[in-house]
Amino acid sequence: MKDDLSTLISLAALFALLSFLSVGGAISAVPEIHRQAVEIHRWMSDREFVDLVAIAQAAPGPNVLFVTLIGHHVAGIPGALVATFFMCGPACAVAFFIARMFDRFRDRPWRMAVQGGLVPVSIGLVGATALIIVRSADHDWKTFAITAATFAIAYWTRISPLYALGAATVIGIAGLL
Amino acid sequence: MSEKADSSSPPPSSSDIVTPTLTELFLGFFKVTVSGFGGVLAWARREMVVNRRWLSPDEFNELFALCQFLPGPNIVNFSIIYGTRLYGFWGAAFALFGLLAPPVALMIVAGMAYSAYGQFPLFRDGLTGLAAAAAGLLVYTAVQMVEPLVRKERALQFLVALATFGSVGVMQWSMLWTLLVMAPISIGLAWRRRA
Repeated sequence: MKDDLSTLISLAALFALLSFLSVGGAISAVPEIHRQAVEIHRWMSDREFVDLVAIAQAAPGPNVLFVTLIGHHVAGIPGALVATFFMCGPACAVAFFIARMFDRFRDRPWRMAVQGGLVPVSIGLVGATALIIVRSADHDWKTFAITAATFAIAYWTRISPLYALGAATVIGIAGLL
Repeated sequence: MSEKADSSSPPPSSSDIVTPTLTELFLGFFKVTVSGFGGVLAWARREMVVNRRWLSPDEFNELFALCQFLPGPNIVNFSIIYGTRLYGFWGAAFALFGLLAPPVALMIVAGMAYSAYGQFPLFRDGLTGLAAAAAGLLVYTAVQMVEPLVRKERALQFLVALATFGSVGVMQWSMLWTLLVMAPISIGLAWRRRA
């Protein structure tokens, strides 16, 4: 019971911090969540982590909800709720208070410098997310080919990437990977 | 970030803009979230600007710029700010609940299924394929984001992105420390570039 509680506190502390750090969206926090959940706390294996991120990508709803799945895997329903609450809560509080005064500093140079300056950082973080998931998901030429094909479909065609996710799942179930 | 809404369509006149009730606020965000496969933003724009006309395209873009400026998930910020503007705390609460409750419930069910069946061979094999495809989508998102830097030959910004990528992705160093170093450098560069 004590262990359960300390796990929930670790989850809360991790996601409360990440709520502020996830510049440009929740997807940029994936590398840090991976580092904490797999390497430091050893809550799950690399394989489990990438499974959960993939399931969240295939489901409807905001990207941020992969933290719900991570929390659930670590500590059941309380873990799911704690992870979601602490990932969203602090950022919500900031949004709630800043919403009223944004008009006052919208056109200030520092506001534009902060926003413009965070863009390249968030691009680097999303790149890191892609690298970490590719490294965990692709372990032979066949899985790598699936990754490359999905990228190609998303990049060069107007076909919904959901079909690629569905087709790749079917290819896996058919025992071809 | 990559899904920056365009403002090419003519803005509707102010009489066209509809103010939702609290219930409509909940239902609107509910609809956005359950249709929002692979990121919710494009759906938010379609639903709120085109279908329900809660916001003009310009208002939507402006609100979205603010959400990108704030920390945390963009669409969550969006629901809070829009809800607050209309009805204060309860507006934010109804919008946020509509946005998060359905997918959180779905994620908990998915998590239970994964715990129960995740080790079954069929499930594992399917997930192997799904994970490889999901990785491809993430590469796509990253490429889409970095392209403007390359196209506009923003060498310094590209280096900042590359250094962040190397630190967090390749070296797997702490995100907190990486941001504490890279964010001030990058904001400083943006400050010098202004005017």
